[in-house]
Amino acid sequence: MHLSILFPAIINGLLTGAIYALIALGLTLVYGVLHIINFAHGALLTAALFAAFFLHKLFGIDPYVAVFILVPAFFAFGYALQRFVIGPASHGDDGNILLVTLGLSVIIENALLYAFRADTRTIDLGYGFSVVSVAGMFLSAPRLAGFAGAVVVALLLWLLLTFTDTGKSIRAVAKEKLGAQLSGIDVAHVYAVTFGLGTACVAIAACLLIPTYYVNPHVGNAFVLIAFTTVVLGGMGSIPGALIGGLFVGVVESLSGLYLGESLGQIGIFLMFILVLLFRPSGLLGELA
Amino acid sequence: MSNNNNRFSRRKFLQTSALTAAAAASGTLVAPSIVRAQGSAVKVGLLQPVSGALSYSGQQGRLGASIAVDEINAAGGLKGLGGAKIVPVLGDAQSTPDGGNAEVEKMNSAGVSAIVGGYASAICLATTQTAARYDLPYIVDVGVTDAIVTRGLKNTFRFGPGFGVLAKTALANLVAINDKAGKPAKTVMIVHEDSAFGSGLAKLLNAQLPGKGFEILETIPHPTPTRDFNNVVLKIKAAKPDIVIPANYYNEYVLLARTMQQQKVRPKAAIYSVLGGAASSYKFVKEFPEAAQYIMDCNHWFDPRNPKALALKRKVEAQGQFFTYEVYMNYSAVLLLADAINRAKSADRAKITEALASSTFAGHVMPYGPTKFVNGQNEGAAPANTQVIGNDIQVILPEAFASAKPVYPLPPV
Amino acid sequence: MSRAGFLPIVAAVIVLACAPFVTDSNAVLNFLVTALLLTLAGQGWNVLGGYGGQYSFGHAAFFGTGAYVTAILQVRYGLNAWPAFGIGIAAGAAVGAAIGVLTFRSGLRGSYFALVTLAFAEVLRIIASVAPITGAGVGTLIKLDLGARALQFQSRAAFYWFILALVAISLAITKLIEQSRFGAWLVAVRENEDAARALGVDVTRVKLGAMTISAAMTAAAGCFYAQYFLFLDAAIAYGPWISVEALLAPIIGGVGTVFGPLLGALMIKTLGEAAKHVTGDVPGLDLVLYGVVLILVIGFAPRGVAGLIARCRAWLMPPVRLAPETAHD
Repeated sequence: MHLSILFPAIINGLLTGAIYALIALGLTLVYGVLHIINFAHGALLTAALFAAFFLHKLFGIDPYVAVFILVPAFFAFGYALQRFVIGPASHGDDGNILLVTLGLSVIIENALLYAFRADTRTIDLGYGFSVVSVAGMFLSAPRLAGFAGAVVVALLLWLLLTFTDTGKSIRAVAKEKLGAQLSGIDVAHVYAVTFGLGTACVAIAACLLIPTYYVNPHVGNAFVLIAFTTVVLGGMGSIPGALIGGLFVGVVESLSGLYLGESLGQIGIFLMFILVLLFRPSGLLGELA
Repeated sequence: MSNNNNRFSRRKFLQTSALTAAAAASGTLVAPSIVRAQGSAVKVGLLQPVSGALSYSGQQGRLGASIAVDEINAAGGLKGLGGAKIVPVLGDAQSTPDGGNAEVEKMNSAGVSAIVGGYASAICLATTQTAARYDLPYIVDVGVTDAIVTRGLKNTFRFGPGFGVLAKTALANLVAINDKAGKPAKTVMIVHEDSAFGSGLAKLLNAQLPGKGFEILETIPHPTPTRDFNNVVLKIKAAKPDIVIPANYYNEYVLLARTMQQQKVRPKAAIYSVLGGAASSYKFVKEFPEAAQYIMDCNHWFDPRNPKALALKRKVEAQGQFFTYEVYMNYSAVLLLADAINRAKSADRAKITEALASSTFAGHVMPYGPTKFVNGQNEGAAPANTQVIGNDIQVILPEAFASAKPVYPLPPV
Repeated sequence: MSRAGFLPIVAAVIVLACAPFVTDSNAVLNFLVTALLLTLAGQGWNVLGGYGGQYSFGHAAFFGTGAYVTAILQVRYGLNAWPAFGIGIAAGAAVGAAIGVLTFRSGLRGSYFALVTLAFAEVLRIIASVAPITGAGVGTLIKLDLGARALQFQSRAAFYWFILALVAISLAITKLIEQSRFGAWLVAVRENEDAARALGVDVTRVKLGAMTISAAMTAAAGCFYAQYFLFLDAAIAYGPWISVEALLAPIIGGVGTVFGPLLGALMIKTLGEAAKHVTGDVPGLDLVLYGVVLILVIGFAPRGVAGLIARCRAWLMPPVRLAPETAHD
C-alpha cells in the first residue's frame, strides 16, 4: 500500500480513535468502580447528541460552548439514574444491573424516537468542513479538536481521580468497597458520582462528535461495541488505558479497513481484542488503582 | 425428602397456572382486538418498520399509505363496493422479519383483505410468505430483492422495480449519458453498503459494466452503519476514477458526500449513484447544497409532470415532512389496491388477487410504463434518473418524463 | 436421580401441547412459537450462565452457526432438512467447544469472558456478511417447500409441536444436569471457582462441557429459526439481538432454574404485546413502556419470575420445615 494512503490512514485512525477513547472513558470509569457493564452507554450518547443538537437549533449555541452546559446537566442525569434507578432496582446483583441498564437503553432510545421521530439530523456549522493542511493531507478541524478534547478530558479525569478527595473516595470504593464503607464513605453516593462522571464524559464526546456526524435515535448503537472493546482492551478501570486503547482501536480499524475492505476490516478490531484477551487478560494497562 | 410431594404439587400448580395465565393473556392480546368493521368497510393492513433501525423509512411509508387511504375515503370510498370505506390496520414490523411476521398473523386474524408494505427486502421475504398461507394478497411497497417475486407465490405483487431492472436501467442510462457527451468517462469505482441491496447491486454492476466499455477500478463494500469514510475517500482520491457509483443508505451517503467535499475529492465526470440513500433526497439537497450539487441518481422517483404527484408533494411538505420515495411508492401501492378492489367489486381475497394480477392501473404517480403484472412483478416499473441541478432535483431520464438536461461531465470547479 | 423431579416438566409440556386445541388463531400460535424459540435459545444460555455462572454476551455465535449450517446444507448441497438440522446443532456445539477451549484455557472469567464471547459472535457476523458461501450481504433463502419431508410444515401447529419437543428435551437435559454430579460440579464452579478447583473439580472440563451443551441448545434454536422463517442474513443470524434475548429470558425468568427461560420468554413476549396493545400505533412508545416494566420487574423480582414463585410458595407454605430450604427444586 502506497505511503501516500498508509500515512493518512493512520492519522485518520488516530482521529477516529480519539472519539472512541472519549466514549470509552466514561464506560471504563463506571466499570472500574461499579463493576458493571453499562448497556445504556450508547443510548446516553444518543441522548447527549440530541441535547447538543437542540441547543444549537433552538438557541444557536455552538457545540463547543454547549459542552459547558451539558457536562453539569448530564452529570446530574447520570447521578440520578444510578442513585434512584439502577442502584435500587438491581439490588446489587450483576445480572440484574445488566438488565436494568438494558431496560434503560430501550427506554431512552425509544423515548427519543417517540419525541423526535426517526429523522436523521445534522448541524451545519461554518467550520464543519474546515480543514487543516498538514504534509499534503487535509485533516478535518473538528476531528482535530476532538483529538485534543480526548487527551484533555483523560488528563482532567486522571487528575481528579488522583488528587481530589472525591477521586480518592472513588478509588477507595473501587479497590475495597467494604473497607471504604467502614471508613465512613457513602458508597451509594460515590457510585452515583462515578456514574455521573461517566455520563458527563459521554456528553463531552457528543459535543465533539456532532460537527462531523449526525443524530438520530439509533446513532449510539454504532459505538457501543467499539466502546466495550476499547474499555476491555485498555484495561477495565484504567483511564490512560481507555485513551490509548481508543487510539489503538482506531488505528487498527483504519488499517484493517484499508487492507481488507471496510466490511471485512471490522474484523480486525475484534480479532485483536480476542488475541489481547487470550494472552493478556487484564488488558493493556490493567485495573484501576 | 418428607415434604417432597407437597413441593411437587404446589410447584406444579403454580407453574401450570403461571403458564396458563401467560398463554391466556397472550391469547387475548394477540387475538383481534380491533372493532369489527361494519359490512360497509374493507380492512387493509399497512405494515411498516416504524420502530427500530429502519424507523424513518417506515414512518414515511406509513405516511404515504395513510394519505392515500384518507384521500380515497374522503372522495367517497371504494366505488366498486358502493362507497365502502377503507379501514387501515396499522402494524409495526419493528425492523425485523419476525416482527413483520407476527404483524401479518395479527392482521390476518383481524380479517384484512390485503396488506401493503414491508419496506425492507428481508422483512418482505418473511411477510409475503406468511401472507401466502392465507392467500392474502400482499403488495410490496419497496423491497427490491428479486427473490421476492421469484418464489412462485400467487399472492405477492410488487408495483415498483426490482434489482434486475434497476441495475439494467441504471447501466443503460449511464451509457446513454456518457455516449451523448462523447464518452469522457472510462473508469468507475463502486462504493456500496454490504447488505442485501448494496451487495446485490454491486454484483450486477460488476457483471455488466465491463461489457459496456467501463473499467471497474475498485469495488468497496462498507457496513451499515459506517462511522467514518475517510479511508474510502482516500482510496477514491488515489485511484482517480472518472465516475464514482455509490449505493447505500441515507446516513452513510451523507457521510461519504461530506467527506468527499472536505477532502476536496471530485470524480472527473460524475457521481452516479444507483439507489443512493441521499442522492435524490430533498432533505440532503436542503441541508448540504454544496455537497449535493450535480449528483446523479438512478432511483425510485415520482412523475414530475403528474399533477396528482405534485399535489401529494405539496401536501406532504405542508406537514413538515420531506417527499421521499417511501411516501409516493406506498401512496401508489394503496391506489393500486383500491383500483383492484373496485374492479373486483369485492373484498374477497381471492377476487382481489385476481384483480391485481390482471391490473392495468394507470392512476398512480410513478413514471412507469403500462402496468402489467407477470409473476407478481409489474413489468412497467422502472427507475428514473435524477440530477441535483441548482438546488432542486430534476429528472433527466427517461426523456418522456424529463424536466432538465443532464449536466455531464461535471463542470470544472 | 429423582424421577419425581421430572414430573413438573412433563406436566408443563402436556399443558403447552394442548395450546393448538385451545385456540385456532394462528396469531397466537405464532406468538407461542416465537416464545418457545426464545425459550430454547435462553435455555442454552441458562446452562452456561445460570448454572455455570459464566455470563455470555455472544450466544448469537451458536444461534447463527446452527441457522447458517442448516440453511447452507440445504441450499448449496441439496441435503435433506432433517439431517441438516442435526448437523447444524452439531456445528453449533463444535463452535461452542472451540470458543470454550480458547477462552477457558486462558482463564478468562466474568466480564472479560462475556465480552470475548461478544467479540467471537461479531467476528462470525462479519465473516458471514462477506463470505460467498453465506450469500454474503444478500443472505441465504431456503426454498419454500411445504411438507414434513423438508421440515417446513403447512400448519403452524406442527411447527409449534416441533419446537415444543425441542424445548421439552432441553428442559429434561437441564433437569438431568441439575441432578447429576456434573451439575454439582458446575454449581460449585459458579459459586467459587478457586475453591472448587481446590476440592479437585476439573474446572476447565466442567466449563467446557457446559459450554458445549449450551451451544448445542442455542444452535438448535437457530436451526429452527432457519426452517421457520426461511431467510437469513448476517445481521439476523449473528446479530446482537439474539445474544441479548438469550440472556434476557433466563435472567427475567430466574437464572439457574429449569423453568426460568420458559417463564422469562413468555413474560417478555407477553409484555411486548401488552405494551403494543396499550400504547396503540405510536412508534416507540410501546418499547418505552416495555423498558419501564422491565426495570420494575427486576426491581421487585430480583431473582426473576421463578424467584417470585419461590417466594409465593414460601409464603403459602407452613413456617415449620423439617429440612433447610434450598434455593432450587
